[in-house]
Amino acid sequence: MSIERKKADDIVKGFKKRRTATLQWNFLIPVAVLSLLVLTAIFAPWLAPYPPTQTSLTERLAPPSFMEGGNPAYFLGTDTLGRDILSRVIFGARVSLSVSLLVILITASVGTLIGIIAGYTGGRIDAILMRITDISLSFPAILIALLLAVILGPSFGTVVLALSLFGWAGYARLVRGESLRLRQADFVSQARITGSSSMRIMTRHIFPNVINPLIVISTLQIGMVILAESALSYLGAGIPPTTPSWGAMVSDGRNFIDVAWWISFFPGVAIGLVVLSGNFLGDWLRDKLDPRLRQL
Amino acid sequence: MSTQKTDNIVEIKNLKMYFPITRGLLQRKVSDIKAVDDISFIIKRHETLGLVGESGCGKTTTGRCILRLYNPTAGEIFFNGKNIARLPERKIRPLRSGIGSIFQDPYGSLNPRKTAGNIVSVPMLIHHTIPKNELNDRVSETLQMVGLDPGMIDRVPHEFSGGQRQRLGIARALACRPSLIVCDEPISALDVSIQAQIINLLEELQERLGLTYLFIAHDLSIVQHISDRIAVMYLGRIVEIAGSEELYENTLHPYTKALLSAIPIPDPELDKSRHRIILKGEVPNPANPPAGCHFHPRCPEAKQKCEISRPPLIDLGNGHMVACFRTSETL
Repeated sequence: MSIERKKADDIVKGFKKRRTATLQWNFLIPVAVLSLLVLTAIFAPWLAPYPPTQTSLTERLAPPSFMEGGNPAYFLGTDTLGRDILSRVIFGARVSLSVSLLVILITASVGTLIGIIAGYTGGRIDAILMRITDISLSFPAILIALLLAVILGPSFGTVVLALSLFGWAGYARLVRGESLRLRQADFVSQARITGSSSMRIMTRHIFPNVINPLIVISTLQIGMVILAESALSYLGAGIPPTTPSWGAMVSDGRNFIDVAWWISFFPGVAIGLVVLSGNFLGDWLRDKLDPRLRQL
Repeated sequence: MSTQKTDNIVEIKNLKMYFPITRGLLQRKVSDIKAVDDISFIIKRHETLGLVGESGCGKTTTGRCILRLYNPTAGEIFFNGKNIARLPERKIRPLRSGIGSIFQDPYGSLNPRKTAGNIVSVPMLIHHTIPKNELNDRVSETLQMVGLDPGMIDRVPHEFSGGQRQRLGIARALACRPSLIVCDEPISALDVSIQAQIINLLEELQERLGLTYLFIAHDLSIVQHISDRIAVMYLGRIVEIAGSEELYENTLHPYTKALLSAIPIPDPELDKSRHRIILKGEVPNPANPPAGCHFHPRCPEAKQKCEISRPPLIDLGNGHMVACFRTSETL
């Protein structure tokens, strides 16, 4: 092999390497951010400088340490009761991440199942399922959640149940519409002609083709669920207020936004990071699962 | 081809397919669209029956009834001597390995998320037509049969061209080695150069595998080329059936005459001398078809009788059947 040839090969190799590397960034960054947050949630007791509920009334409303008048002991400042914001953000990841993940998993699964059955089967089953969906969408969800909290007592399980009970309806509507469209598709007729059962058509033909919108909606739901959880906390129907959660911290700091913006700001940044990473990851996943965008 | 029964792979008797028009909150039925209105015909084993007519005449509906994508309103469909018109889906499924189908749109008829190998192998797996260890060989063989490289087995539909996709569709139809293939406008969506390739492929496969085709199309010159017999439909009814040469040389029904006169001749001098029959008016609404012969409002030779009663499909002896009072009177 001549030297020129070898050089040319190296150049080609370099190009290839660079291309595969650039392709991965939209995957690596959100994954890194999300895994960092998950690890933070898991190892919270070791990472947090203070227990999240420890109050220090002399240090109330201390600004972050890097600001004028900040106390170096409290990196992100303290809230109205003198609790360390950093520690609370770290511990808050536990509730916020697990609630949103669990709720989205439950609602997306239930909604997809109902949507595909309604859309593909049609007729009376469709009519019944969609009326149930309509009822679910028209119910005042917060009111039912409050009722649940009264009956079951405010706890992690109650919050997940309350948010899941009504969240599925949106998915069901979306998936039903897509399934209705796909039912008319020629490849579904062909699947019937080749002898596929309804079950097979729903799982192998309809489901893979509703994944795209499903991922988009699911990733958008992350932020919504975190905020809905905080609304429940605010009303006293959520996770007991002593347990820190990002949503609850944002709403706690609302009244002090002009004097102590850091109370709401830092948990807000955390929510933003999760939502943004989720969206990026969703985009990547959607492209990855769509053979039309597959790299040759 | 021993008995009368197995001579005809498909026998259709008085098939009707009405689609209800519903209105209001309670989905009250107000009337029907008579997409297929009492038709009867047979498809002989190993032949190609062309089914032509303008859009909306019910040719695709007829095909889909035979494929049992629809539940016919009335009538009988015999496939290999067995009436499948009323069978529930569960009982039809095992029979489906005997009937394949090719659709018009090579893009819509392939699931964009399935690989070529998956598309061709699933019918084989569903019907257990071959042992699992022979699956790969059989898939490759089927792909080769339609002129696709077996190396493309892992490709997804968007990585194929239009012509290749249609070949893939044909491969799927052939997967279980059916005896009948319903070709619903299989070439209308393709480039002219590829149309010829696909037609040749279909003819070659018919010879090799002893297939029977129901070839639904609106392009008369191609139908004439590929068909042994041709059935002409108008507004849900068959107006004329004949061997393809007989139909062109001894056209009897006024509608068929008009249809054939519309075929352009690829020579401008000759084309000038072509006598075109231009039909007046539009195709009537199939929800409210005219009484008597459906064609009478547009027929240049209509008589009073045509407005009152429906002309029966009469066999003139040599397999040429026509539904027109004018021809049956002159006999």
